[in-house]
Amino acid sequence: MRRLALAAVALAAGVAFAQERAIAPGELKSGSAFRGSGLRALQNDDFANPGMLWVERGEKLWREPAGKKSLACASCHKDANMRGVAASYPKIEKAGGKLVNLEGRINLCRAGRMGAEPLRYESDELLALTAYVARQSLGAPIATRIDGAARAHFEVGRASYHLRRGQMNLSCAHCHDAQWGKRLLSETISQGHPNAYPAYRMEWQTMGSLERRLRACLSGIRAEMLPYGSQEYLDLELYLAWRAQGLPIETPGVRR
Amino acid sequence: MKRRDFLAGAAGALAFPGAALAQVDPPDQLVRALTNGAPVRKGKVTLVLPQLADNGNSVPIRITVDSPMTAADHVKSIHLYSERNPVPNMANFYLGPRAGKAEIDSRVRLAGSQRVTAVAKLSDGSFWYDAAPIVVTLSACLDES
Amino acid sequence: MAARIQIPREAKRGEVIEVRILIQHPMETGYRHDDVGHLIKRNVINVLSCRYNGVEVFRADLSSGISANPYVQFHTVAEASGDLEFSWIDDEGERGSERQSIVVKG
Repeated sequence: MRRLALAAVALAAGVAFAQERAIAPGELKSGSAFRGSGLRALQNDDFANPGMLWVERGEKLWREPAGKKSLACASCHKDANMRGVAASYPKIEKAGGKLVNLEGRINLCRAGRMGAEPLRYESDELLALTAYVARQSLGAPIATRIDGAARAHFEVGRASYHLRRGQMNLSCAHCHDAQWGKRLLSETISQGHPNAYPAYRMEWQTMGSLERRLRACLSGIRAEMLPYGSQEYLDLELYLAWRAQGLPIETPGVRR
Repeated sequence: MKRRDFLAGAAGALAFPGAALAQVDPPDQLVRALTNGAPVRKGKVTLVLPQLADNGNSVPIRITVDSPMTAADHVKSIHLYSERNPVPNMANFYLGPRAGKAEIDSRVRLAGSQRVTAVAKLSDGSFWYDAAPIVVTLSACLDES
Repeated sequence: MAARIQIPREAKRGEVIEVRILIQHPMETGYRHDDVGHLIKRNVINVLSCRYNGVEVFRADLSSGISANPYVQFHTVAEASGDLEFSWIDDEGERGSERQSIVVKG
């Protein structure tokens, strides 16, 4: 029911919005620009950045055989340079035609090609692999596509971003388009970009995915948190990536 | 008092946490297990903390003790205390002449705005301290993710 | 338990070197509650020790006051080539260790 509503809004708004961006490409700022210098320094410290524990684990998992076929990621990918890969997600999966994020792509490989169990969201293993792959794109600009089959998902994502929700009746746009740079209690509101995820968030005291961060925002405005892997999150992730086009990947980010 | 003046005053007090928490020696009960009542003097130790924590779950600290770190004159241990955490003795670091330099970096949890104290025990049995205030605020949004 | 150690690969004899360690551990405080309101049991790394060629050169008592995924940086004098070996124990008795070698010249 909810998806029908979003699709209807998307259709109606699609013509009106066109390719209008609330934040111009030249004005894009990563979340790290809104944090204190201490957190920025920690993120840039390749040794002490806690997220690097997961990146290192991801590197080991990349080479570990798993599943019925006893294949590792490295078995197929060999020494393939994964640079740019994370920066192109979410994208339409050629085989199935579905929109898939990096976590989904890793699980498709595991289930489809390795005969291995898919990994749960927020499991150490999935976070590690996602962080490792995204780290290969460090500094690469986000370059997702919204043409072809992705277009419909983009429209739903955009509608979702502008939809008021929760007890506070706020949409993502209210804070991250209209009030970024301003204070919310003692914190500065960021532009809400996905370029540093998976990220180590101090509030979680651990690494977390972009979807976890979206859920955190939803709970913050007292809205219902959808289950991990929900289509709405995927569509929203695509919209967020489009919105952040050109911002360099910073994974693993260190955030408040 | 007008609401505006009250708020301005409150904001002023928050703006200078250092002034609000005057420098006093660590309370005896906090450090007694370590010092057994021996005097704890201000000096030799430098404790560096940010004035405002990004998040109370992880605050960077650096404790440096001015010492030649020779066999005859060195820091035996450094003890970190919180006046507000449920566990006041946050950590103890044991050094010795093989350290070469008495400087420790770590990241700590702080349960709210408070003064943090670092006490060093030297090889001659003397105790020295430094204390620093920090403002720790709660997260703006509830996170139940 | 995953851990990273950073020390210089090489040093001159007598040089004071920086030693950094980062350990993956939740440092569960014992004050948090789960989704249904039950207290999550405390489990922190309570002792961390560093031995240089078998001799303890650094030790730390840690508590719930140390952040999750604990990070510690200290110094030691580069005396001889060999290994710096870290070991630690948490409240549940789980042990961890990690080592890194150093070449000392002169």
